[in-house]
Amino acid sequence: MAGTQTAGRSDGAAPAIELKGISKAFGPVQANKDISIRVMPGTIHGIIGENGAGKSTLMSILYGFYRADAGEIFINGTPTPIPDSQAAISAGIGMVFQHFKLVQNFTVLENVILGAEDGALLKPSLSKARGTLKRLAEEYELHVDPDTLIEDLSVGHQQRVEILKALYRAADILILDEPTGVLTPAEADHLFRILENLRREGKTILLITHKLREIMHITDTVSVMRRGEMTATVKTAETSPENLAELMVGRKVLLRVDKKPAAPGPNILEVENLRVVDDDGVERLKGVSLNVRAGEILGIAGVSGNGQSQLLEVLGGITRATGSIRVNGQEIDLSGRHSDGQSRRARGIAHVPEDRQHEGLIMDFMAWENMIFGYHNDPAWQKNALLMDNPAIRADTEAKMARFDVRPPNPALAAKNFSGGNQQKIVLAREIERNPDLLLVGQPTRGVDIGAIEFIHQRIIELRDAGKAILLVSVELEEILSMSDRIAVMFDGRIMGERLPGETDEKELGLLMAGMNGKAA
Amino acid sequence: MERMPQWADVVLVPLISLLMAFILSALVIVAIGEDPVAAVKMMVNGAVGSTYGWGYTLYYATNFMFTGLAVAVAFHASMFNIGGEGQATLGGLGVAVVCLALPWPHWALALPVAVLGAALFGAAWAAIPAYLQARRGSHIVITTIMFNFIGASLLNYLLVNVMRPVGSMDPATAKFGPGTHLPTLHDILAVVGIPFSRAAPANISFLIAVVACFLVWLLIWRTRLGYAIRAYGKSEPAAVYAGISPTRIIMISMLISGGLAGMMAVNNVMGEAERLIMNSVEGAGFIGIAVALMGRSHPFGVFLAAILFGFLYQGGAELALWTSIPRELIVVIQALVILFTGALDNMVRMPLEKLFLALRKDDA
Amino acid sequence: MMDFATILQVFDSTVRLATPLLLACLAGLYSERAGIYDIGLEGKMLAAAFFSGAIAAVTGSVWLGLLAGIAASTALSGIHGLAAITFRGNQLISGVAVNFLAAGLTVVIAQDWFKQGGRTPSLIGGARFTPVKLPLADTLREVPILGPIYYELISGHTILVYLAFAMVPLTWWLLFRTRFGLRLRAVGENPAAVDTAGVSVVGNRYAAVAICGLLCGIAGAYLATALQAGFVKDMTAGRGYIALAALIFAKWRPWYALSSTLLFGFLQAIALRYQNIDLGGVVVPVQFMDALPYILTVVILAGFVGKAIPPRAGGEPYVKER
Repeated sequence: MAGTQTAGRSDGAAPAIELKGISKAFGPVQANKDISIRVMPGTIHGIIGENGAGKSTLMSILYGFYRADAGEIFINGTPTPIPDSQAAISAGIGMVFQHFKLVQNFTVLENVILGAEDGALLKPSLSKARGTLKRLAEEYELHVDPDTLIEDLSVGHQQRVEILKALYRAADILILDEPTGVLTPAEADHLFRILENLRREGKTILLITHKLREIMHITDTVSVMRRGEMTATVKTAETSPENLAELMVGRKVLLRVDKKPAAPGPNILEVENLRVVDDDGVERLKGVSLNVRAGEILGIAGVSGNGQSQLLEVLGGITRATGSIRVNGQEIDLSGRHSDGQSRRARGIAHVPEDRQHEGLIMDFMAWENMIFGYHNDPAWQKNALLMDNPAIRADTEAKMARFDVRPPNPALAAKNFSGGNQQKIVLAREIERNPDLLLVGQPTRGVDIGAIEFIHQRIIELRDAGKAILLVSVELEEILSMSDRIAVMFDGRIMGERLPGETDEKELGLLMAGMNGKAA
Repeated sequence: MERMPQWADVVLVPLISLLMAFILSALVIVAIGEDPVAAVKMMVNGAVGSTYGWGYTLYYATNFMFTGLAVAVAFHASMFNIGGEGQATLGGLGVAVVCLALPWPHWALALPVAVLGAALFGAAWAAIPAYLQARRGSHIVITTIMFNFIGASLLNYLLVNVMRPVGSMDPATAKFGPGTHLPTLHDILAVVGIPFSRAAPANISFLIAVVACFLVWLLIWRTRLGYAIRAYGKSEPAAVYAGISPTRIIMISMLISGGLAGMMAVNNVMGEAERLIMNSVEGAGFIGIAVALMGRSHPFGVFLAAILFGFLYQGGAELALWTSIPRELIVVIQALVILFTGALDNMVRMPLEKLFLALRKDDA
Repeated sequence: MMDFATILQVFDSTVRLATPLLLACLAGLYSERAGIYDIGLEGKMLAAAFFSGAIAAVTGSVWLGLLAGIAASTALSGIHGLAAITFRGNQLISGVAVNFLAAGLTVVIAQDWFKQGGRTPSLIGGARFTPVKLPLADTLREVPILGPIYYELISGHTILVYLAFAMVPLTWWLLFRTRFGLRLRAVGENPAAVDTAGVSVVGNRYAAVAICGLLCGIAGAYLATALQAGFVKDMTAGRGYIALAALIFAKWRPWYALSSTLLFGFLQAIALRYQNIDLGGVVVPVQFMDALPYILTVVILAGFVGKAIPPRAGGEPYVKER
């Protein structure tokens, strides 16, 4: 659908953005190496690459958040140094970050004028912004109530506020960093409509993503980044997902996971009518029931924030709940004193948490200290009644690091000094090698490079084939579809429905994720 | 990838910070019209120039080891215990209660009970702020400061109204019995034939402090509890994931911390004054903060930093005696050490990291 | 039973004692609203108390004293800012260092300058702030009830007292009705939002810390040159910490800060007036009354704060994420 527009609008015009020879290092890490790129006005240009490929760094340089070590930036053909965000804003660049930069307890209006006030007093700025917002809302389908506090808005609406902030500052160039990660498929479609409206008005859009589907769906041209370098720039119409994937990774990749059909056994996990109310009094789980059998993977699909995290936390002993959980037929205490991560581990439940940096690992601990995290009371690691057996733990860690191909294989290195993929392998090694009856896995491949993704998927499937029950939570629909033997979709603290991967598709799951029962829509 | 070698992080950064604190202190001395070089000579002479000086230096160092360890243990659980002063005050009460309760026949019997009493009272004074932090989220920094004030008032009340011997005008307890008299370093070293000043107050508590350093090291780095304390201190959500109870860790680490602070009283109340007086702690609880920061919360670092502060304290007393430099200069030095090793750490670290990075690039 | 005159006197004393708490509490409010924790209020007040007392004693001018106090307090704020903002150090530790620095330096310098055991000479005449008699105070004095209230309670304070109370609406207006306030609050809630909007996080935080220094300076000068006549060692006596507790109790809001500091001022007034209180046979000892403000601080922190949500970025140095 695109492609032609690129040529149509840009005849003779200077590129809206041109980067020449941009390089940036963080200490010993070279994040961007000699990157050059040209983006024509009125186009949507995708930038795709794995985690850590340097996409976000490049965009932060363009937005003046970091300063490049070398290289030049041209805006509309004019050399434009961008030493800070103020300069980027004056050059007509707006940015929508992956993690929104909004003040939670300010209203939409206050967030929009922050930094773009017209004078020392707020009143005139607020009333001017109110008018502008109304106009922008109609022009671009960007409706949002100006007097609502950000914390009361849905994620999709918060993103609209970010776009409004940029437009209020008269941005002609809009950078969006992984904009659909937190959206439902329907919200993502709405976002794409907004982007198309913006392109029609002549705005230039840079879309950073790791999702091939989006790139194919909306961009006119696409650049691929790998390990800090720009490896290719192609017209979207002239490429394919397989081709882009290969350019991203530097070799051929399997986009599907190779696995045998499941041979499920008896129920390992039975959950009935699980309810969780959080500290703010909000009901996060509203009566969830499910079961997982030995030798199968139950995938939980859903947009993040619909109760999947709470489900994992209850099962892992982190959050209290009401209802009933049985593991191997035995009831688990959900309310009281005997329900924590330690008692869950004793019952054969292992847990790979969603957030490995804040939960799964202690980033300042060395690899060997992390390898017993949660199992540190295990008698196997004690020398006597008082002291731990550190040499034994180190030796065991070395073996596990070898089996899980953790690089560098150095047990004395702090967790924070490993890459995302290797951090995740440490967590997986720790949890899988306990040989649990039930493995809880949250976002196993978030922030993990493609090479490690294949390895991690394989290990989880091996555990399944060894007759263990696996509960997989992921916001990546592709991962759910390719890994699961059964799929349950969560929305608003409920299970919306269960499907078999062979008998459903992304569209049907997407509707369930948006809270619509397949038939209704 | 590490930014700089570990030895630089552990040794170089604190040393440079310390140096900067000392340079500024020297400027203060110059500003009040004294000669810093002469002052340093006088301090060295007074603090380590004789066994008498050493006896005082080690006496003070003993106090600071206990309070430094107290702050360090709490730091490992990411608790900032500013209440060492109050906990040590209450520890003194514990020692006094033990020493006055029975006609102790021999110090060897009185000592373990006094250590226990001191630790229990100190821990009890830390328990309420700890509980409030764990269960009510009351900021432990402010509550422990408040408990310093409350502790001072409580002791004041007890000394004036309850524990003062009949007929005495002095707000202090009676002198402890002879059976509680602890052997001094003079007595101990005499056994092996080493002469040591008889007048200096350093006593067997110094050895207890050294043992405490070793035991804290074992606790933090070699036991399950220490592992859990460090894990909680680094990341609360991770600790909860691992099934480590925050309430339990806050309570235990603060009780240990308060207990260690309280144990200081064995040195100053039982070992030196041999009765309980007002303000016997004399700011040692606060110096513990500087000692723990300088020692990077590591017991060996605390040991070294405590000796250094013992030296400064004794040297500072000599200065106050012979020059117009008041004893409060030590508070200034303490403040500068806290500032540079604790809060302005990055001022030293950032240029050093750049330096090492540049060196590494040259190598490559 | 307390008579009307006694009640008036206690309230009058409440106002006097609440003033330094209010100024320090508002000082902390600016700092913490901008995301910088400050347990160094105590030290800044102490330094200001000394320098205002010392300069007022030497020059005979209370106004020069006030300026010196503000300068000393702001200098300590600068150190805190350097540690907390520029070098992204631990804000609690920096605050502790500031407190000790003030505690040590005031005595060292006082001893060097005046040689009176760490105090300044007593201030007399123009070296002290004198009470301001409000218009018509004498005329209205005879009006029943309201007259004495106006004469005793409202009139007859030093200018700094009126300044402190005026700071409450001014602070509210500044925070919630101006661009400066919007940015200051934003920087304490989400500095990244401010940074990406092209506004300097560092600049706004330093501005907040400077205002904090200014107000602590006035608070300290009030102690040495208005409430008392000269500086004595450790004369702040924990007021900085009580102001912090009042700030939490006030949920970081200006009007609530007024009520919470008045409450603490009232407690101090009671403790000051009634040393040993006889409650029907049970004598409350003076030491308990001395400790009461501190005990109450703990009680308030423990329970009555309710769900006070501190500024979200409080205590966190701002680092651009990688």
